[in-house]
Amino acid sequence: MTEIASLAAETTTRIFRDLGDPQTLNSARDESWRAPLWSALEEAYLTRAWVPESLGGAGAGIADGFEVLRIAGAFAVAVPLAETLLAAWLLARAGLEAPAGILTPAPVREGERLDMAHDGRVSGRARGIPFARDAAHVALLARRGERPMVALVERAQCAIEPGADLAGEPRDTLVLANVRPLAAAEAPAGFSEDQLFSMGAAARAAQMSGALEAILERSAAYANERIAFERPIARFQAVQHQLARLACETAAALAAAGSAAETLETARDFDDAVLLEVASAKIRAGEAAGAGAAIAHQVHGALGFSAEHALHRYTQRLWAWREDFGSESAWAARLGRSLAARGADALWPLLAAR
Amino acid sequence: MTTAIRFDTIRLPPEVQALRAEVRRFLEEEIATGTFDPRSSGSARGYNLEFSRKVGARGWIGMTWPRKYGGAERSHLERYVVTEEFSAAQAPVRAHFVADRQSGPILLKYASDRIKAEVLPKIVRGECCFCIGMSEPGSGSDLFAARTRAAKVDGGWRVNGAKIWTTEAHHADYMIGLFRTSPPAKDDRRHGLTQFLVDMTWPGIRVNPIIDMSGRHDFNEVVFDDVLVPDEYRLGAVDLAWQQATSELAYERSGPERFLETSYVLFDLVRVLGPQPDLRGAEGIGRLAAQLHVLRRMSVSVAGMLAQGKEPVLEASIVKDLGTVWEQNLPARARELAAFVDGEQIDRRLFDERLAYAINIAPKLTIQGGTSEVLRGIIARGLGLR
Repeated sequence: MTEIASLAAETTTRIFRDLGDPQTLNSARDESWRAPLWSALEEAYLTRAWVPESLGGAGAGIADGFEVLRIAGAFAVAVPLAETLLAAWLLARAGLEAPAGILTPAPVREGERLDMAHDGRVSGRARGIPFARDAAHVALLARRGERPMVALVERAQCAIEPGADLAGEPRDTLVLANVRPLAAAEAPAGFSEDQLFSMGAAARAAQMSGALEAILERSAAYANERIAFERPIARFQAVQHQLARLACETAAALAAAGSAAETLETARDFDDAVLLEVASAKIRAGEAAGAGAAIAHQVHGALGFSAEHALHRYTQRLWAWREDFGSESAWAARLGRSLAARGADALWPLLAAR
Repeated sequence: MTTAIRFDTIRLPPEVQALRAEVRRFLEEEIATGTFDPRSSGSARGYNLEFSRKVGARGWIGMTWPRKYGGAERSHLERYVVTEEFSAAQAPVRAHFVADRQSGPILLKYASDRIKAEVLPKIVRGECCFCIGMSEPGSGSDLFAARTRAAKVDGGWRVNGAKIWTTEAHHADYMIGLFRTSPPAKDDRRHGLTQFLVDMTWPGIRVNPIIDMSGRHDFNEVVFDDVLVPDEYRLGAVDLAWQQATSELAYERSGPERFLETSYVLFDLVRVLGPQPDLRGAEGIGRLAAQLHVLRRMSVSVAGMLAQGKEPVLEASIVKDLGTVWEQNLPARARELAAFVDGEQIDRRLFDERLAYAINIAPKLTIQGGTSEVLRGIIARGLGLR
């Protein structure tokens, strides 16, 4: 790990431990924890990790930023850190500065496109935008004809159709009707929605891997404390094997997300190797999220099913993050179509080259 | 927050990928000349002395071992690439693979100089087949229950008992066997077992075939009737075999052969579903390929950590558990995904024939080399649960 990366990791851990602990947040009566947590993240430049220093950011590497998100996931991050990181990254790709405050990117679903007219105004609908209503600004990828353009718009200029994911966090539809951007610039040649979706999918995979690490640790600790039939339930082989399977799923998510993060750090284009790495990360972390959350709940018994216990802050987000930036099914269909078109004999060489 | 699990993101270096191209050319040539047929399900991973000799001639057996024993002092990652290309191509490696993967390294560590000088070069040439004598009638996963006894006599040890499920014993020149030299200690039942090198031609050894449910003869029972083993053939300290495992087990458990045994079913599936599968087929292929990719990334990570001198024992057990469960489920999943491929319109005979073989051998995959249950016990210990 580079020096800047280990510093970012330490800072992220400290901020979330002090201001974003899931059990504390779960017991809070109101939302007053939100502002201090967000300010701490902003002041530490963690929201600008992927912005080069020349544009006022922290200038961290792509993989370093994903590491921040893995740690945030281990605290069931409930603020738009990933969204702000991604939006600022998108702006920086076109040389645009990111304003302070909460940002979110759009579009986030495969097949959706926003249009930029010749006068520069943007129109279109983007569904499932995370934290759209909370954002001060939105970073858009829009098409002027076929040309990819990055634009910064005021969120207040967009209409919101509110929606929520199953953790209750905002997943709004953003409606733009001839919105004039605050700033706009051409994206680099060859840039497309695929790059944005890939970064988003890898971000969610990183968060899921961190959340799985946390529920593994919590479940193992709980199994060692909880007494039933006159001994800690960790002594029962049935429980041990459940937790071993949770460890396997966690390991798969970690390896998958780490591999995709490293790939995106060096990737130039959205080629077959990037598709394999990103799709695999989102698919495998998503599968691990489903299987892992089920085991964590089983081990925690009825206690983990209560609103009072913080386990659901992790499991509900694990379930919800599976849907963002393409579900396992969506990525699998896309990857499968691509692999089938390349043919059976090309499959092993593609895997082995990674 | 930290857990004990760690999978560093490790890529195979370019010189290793260059070796891969060489291995692929070799395999293509051997398939072309008919040394083996990758499409025949029966020969999958079979015993083929001619093939093993050719592999030996290339320097790809014992390739990490010291030159003075015929090795090439190449890296573990180079060996990894050879192993995974052979596994993916269903190359018949049975005659040399056990010796290459685990018996040779044990000899390097514990055998006398004379034995090393005699046996290792034969392994390297692909002329020496090994089997492993661990399981016994009545003790499989529970290795420490082994009862085959080696009693101290003048000049050596007198062995009586039987080993079972011994793969390739009917071809093997040597066995590395685990025998009881003392009763288990009261406070440590692992105590009392010792490893020995056994020459399968010694008097008193009888090999009885065991035919498996797919009709193949891979397994055997090996009976020891007053077999005299000279003390020079003892490997490691008397009674302390259990201390000798760690990193060898990590190599044995995390290699690509632990998830590629049925991988041809996936390649066949892609072939039979064609270049434009329907949505169900595409999603199915995508998921399976993603799962395989991640297993491979995990396995490369463990190989890389081993090469750096770390001992990722927990991680290696995770790779074997996930990998063997995956390769076991693959035939079932492929069967479902190919269910609506009409045999009247698309020739699926080869797919079906090879699928049937894979379904037949699938049950053993989560048993051999440490059952899923044993692995999960090891993982649970790593998590601090026992």
